[in-house]
Amino acid sequence: MTTEKIYNFMGLRKIAAAFSIALLLISIGSLAINGLKFGLDFTGGSLIEVGYQQEPDLNGIRDKLENAGYDDAVVQTFGSPVDILIRMGVAHDPKLGDHVLETLQSGETQELTLRRNEFVGAQVGEELREQGGLGMLLALFMVMVYVAFRFQLKFSVASVTALAHDVLIVLGFFSLFQFDFDLTVLAAILAVIGYSLNDTIVVSDRIRENFRKLRKGDALEIMNVSLSQTLGRTLVTSLTTLLVLVALAVFGGEMIFGFAIALLVGVCVGTYSSIYVAANVLILMGLTKEDLIPQEKPEGEEVDEMP
Amino acid sequence: MLNKNPLWKNALIVLILLIGCIYAAPNLYPDDYAVQLSGTREANIVNQPLLDQVKQELQKANISVKGDELTDKGGLIRFEDGRAQLEAKEIISRTLGDNYVVALNLAPTTPEWLRAVGAGPMKLGLDLRGGVHFLLEVDMVSAVAQRLDVYVSEIKTKLRTEKLRYRSVDHREDGSLELKFSTADVRDQAESLLRKDYTEFLVSSEDKGGAFYINVNLTESQIREIEDYAIKQNLTTLRNRVNELGVAEPLVQRQGRNRIVVQLPGIQDAAAAKRIIGKTANLEFRLEATTDASRATTETYDFRDQSRHATLEKDIIITGASVSNAQSSFDENGQPQVNISLDAKGGQMMNRTTRNAIKRRMAVLFVEHKNRTLYETVDGEQVAKRVPYVEKRIISLATIQSVLGASFRITGLDSATESSELALLLRAGALAAPIYFVEERTVGPSLGEQNISQGMLSVQIGFALVLLFMVAYYRVFGLLANIALTFNLVLLLAVMSIMSATLTLPGIAGIVLTVGMAVDANVLIFSRIREELKNGLPTQSAISAGFDRAFSTIFDANITTLLAAVILFAMGSGPVKGFAITLSVGIITSMFTAILVTRMLVNLTYGGRALKKLSI
Repeated sequence: MTTEKIYNFMGLRKIAAAFSIALLLISIGSLAINGLKFGLDFTGGSLIEVGYQQEPDLNGIRDKLENAGYDDAVVQTFGSPVDILIRMGVAHDPKLGDHVLETLQSGETQELTLRRNEFVGAQVGEELREQGGLGMLLALFMVMVYVAFRFQLKFSVASVTALAHDVLIVLGFFSLFQFDFDLTVLAAILAVIGYSLNDTIVVSDRIRENFRKLRKGDALEIMNVSLSQTLGRTLVTSLTTLLVLVALAVFGGEMIFGFAIALLVGVCVGTYSSIYVAANVLILMGLTKEDLIPQEKPEGEEVDEMP
Repeated sequence: MLNKNPLWKNALIVLILLIGCIYAAPNLYPDDYAVQLSGTREANIVNQPLLDQVKQELQKANISVKGDELTDKGGLIRFEDGRAQLEAKEIISRTLGDNYVVALNLAPTTPEWLRAVGAGPMKLGLDLRGGVHFLLEVDMVSAVAQRLDVYVSEIKTKLRTEKLRYRSVDHREDGSLELKFSTADVRDQAESLLRKDYTEFLVSSEDKGGAFYINVNLTESQIREIEDYAIKQNLTTLRNRVNELGVAEPLVQRQGRNRIVVQLPGIQDAAAAKRIIGKTANLEFRLEATTDASRATTETYDFRDQSRHATLEKDIIITGASVSNAQSSFDENGQPQVNISLDAKGGQMMNRTTRNAIKRRMAVLFVEHKNRTLYETVDGEQVAKRVPYVEKRIISLATIQSVLGASFRITGLDSATESSELALLLRAGALAAPIYFVEERTVGPSLGEQNISQGMLSVQIGFALVLLFMVAYYRVFGLLANIALTFNLVLLLAVMSIMSATLTLPGIAGIVLTVGMAVDANVLIFSRIREELKNGLPTQSAISAGFDRAFSTIFDANITTLLAAVILFAMGSGPVKGFAITLSVGIITSMFTAILVTRMLVNLTYGGRALKKLSI
């Protein structure tokens, strides 16, 4: 084990803690002030996507819709300049999509196509919001129980802290930059929970192993050794995941963009948090060898490890 | 340390991979654009001459046909592209008219030998294929209120026949009934009567302001039952409606306590679909006309199967609005029958009419509002015009044996199938709990195509990037991991196809994510091997130790991710569920390929010989 270069990660732990706390404060602050820009899935309302053949004039479209009585319509391009997205909060009418299309088509020489028409009732949106929040809490709780069972309570607290940290920062990111928060983003956040946990577990696994194995060295040194040993793997996996996510964000199209962004941010923060947040919390809680050694069944393969 | 797998283990892994390849294979064959034909009723059979006639018409319009076949549901005509399919649909429905349902479809092109082992491609979700998704909510408050109104009239009748004088029976706002009596004695008698006859009631008594009251609430289980009934009734109606639309693979199913989800893939005209789904059928109960009745007061209607017809009086006794329930069951002799319950007003009307009509026959008409598409030539152009019309068909004609009241039965049915179908139709036409749309998603076919091509492109690019990186970083071992990763994708597709899971856009995102994360297990193993080599372990022992020691880490890390995916599946709806499924399946297949398949490949490459160096 001596051949591996040991980085002094924990030397930076105070700075890292300050950094994390700053990020968290910004996130929570933004969530409190700006809130999340919930998408149609959660707010309810109507959304119509219309395809043009040539780039249209957005103000012209806005005027047309206003004249037709849709005064609360929000018009924007979606992905490409010929795709127009129209959002409305109005109570739905079965033919809303057709009416809007007709309105826009009138006086237009090019032919328009209705690409998408969505309507979500206010109550459905509200339920989804509740369910989503509940799902996230449930996921965190299940993780806590599993880690406490497989590892130890301190690890459990540490990994849940890391997860909550990641989720809050992704949410904060979406709040700060006012990206649309829809159902796919929620799915991405749950995937972030899975991913970040995966990372944290791998690191924790090594910390546990080294605590049992290394005779000398205090907790800080053992942390440094463990983090250094897993660093290569952490970076490689994050890199491959980031590679595919960049491919998804760039080529996947507008409908999946929010999902890809949430995961990109989540994977970056998750990688950072598995190095600094989880380990930091373990140090704060004063993890000692005694926490890990008196376990009834220390796995055999890990006890007779030294060659 | 030899690092050789026993033969059986290799054989088993290869077998699993082979099976995976076979079941993933159908996804390589893109679906054909097709038009499906089926007769609206038994008499209109789709046969080869009909298909030939259709093909001739298509030839006249210069639309090339890729193939045609007869299926058990009717006929299928395949086309080269979506445009030909759309044009053809219009021509075919014009040629065949009202007697056939013409539906747009995507026909699988899976070869015979694959179909023989039950392999088929994944289904595409609405966001990839285009189509309409509706979420409807059944108004349960009115469903319960409707039933309570029926109870009010029942209770009044019961109290009257028992000669218990009541001052009022009210249906209150909060969903309970209030019975008011002048004396405590009568109230107590009524209370014990209600307790005896209605186990579904929660009965309590109260004295206030000099009057004596009974409060009746429905039990929770009874409310549930009413809700279930309301949902089932609406499901039946919706399924009938959807069949009328002629969609190839419609989905109509209950979701949660009070919602119904309807998915119509491939439908383009959402407004028309909504119009048809939103309307309801009705019933008319009428007496059969006597032979000496004047022509002016009678009408002749066909039976539903058009086998015969009957002449009925124009006067309507009651409509479906008065029918509160219809259930099929068996009488004391084990013969099938249908029990019908009417509301109080309906019962009175029925009683008044049947009093003078014993031994005459009564018919039940099923009334549907339909649309017929006509083609007209306006300014030299063919224009499709929708003409609404009402179709009335007899579903039952039975002799009145005695004076009928608020509940009676129809007997003399041939089979249990017939009785349950009649009950179904009666329910479909009966007063339904109101439903309203709470969610609608329409995806145009162009957007669907774009979603699929962009999704696939990002899978390919992401996959290529990961492959390149792995080879650059881990050399030979990277190559072996890449083979395993490729098999992982194949297995993922195979499992999804076997489960006939629906692929959605977030599902594709899940595949992309799986590709990125699946290498994690290999990365863990390989970095362990590198570490062991640095520790001075001989190559073969390092390989073995690397795989063994990484296992528990891989297992823990994947199980926790799986937990998150399962939660996502449990709470998610539609597209998000698709993501959760691909993610979960991907985690499981990636564990198999990353651990077992890579190990087999490494053992085959390096196992059993002395090595100085590893290319890792």
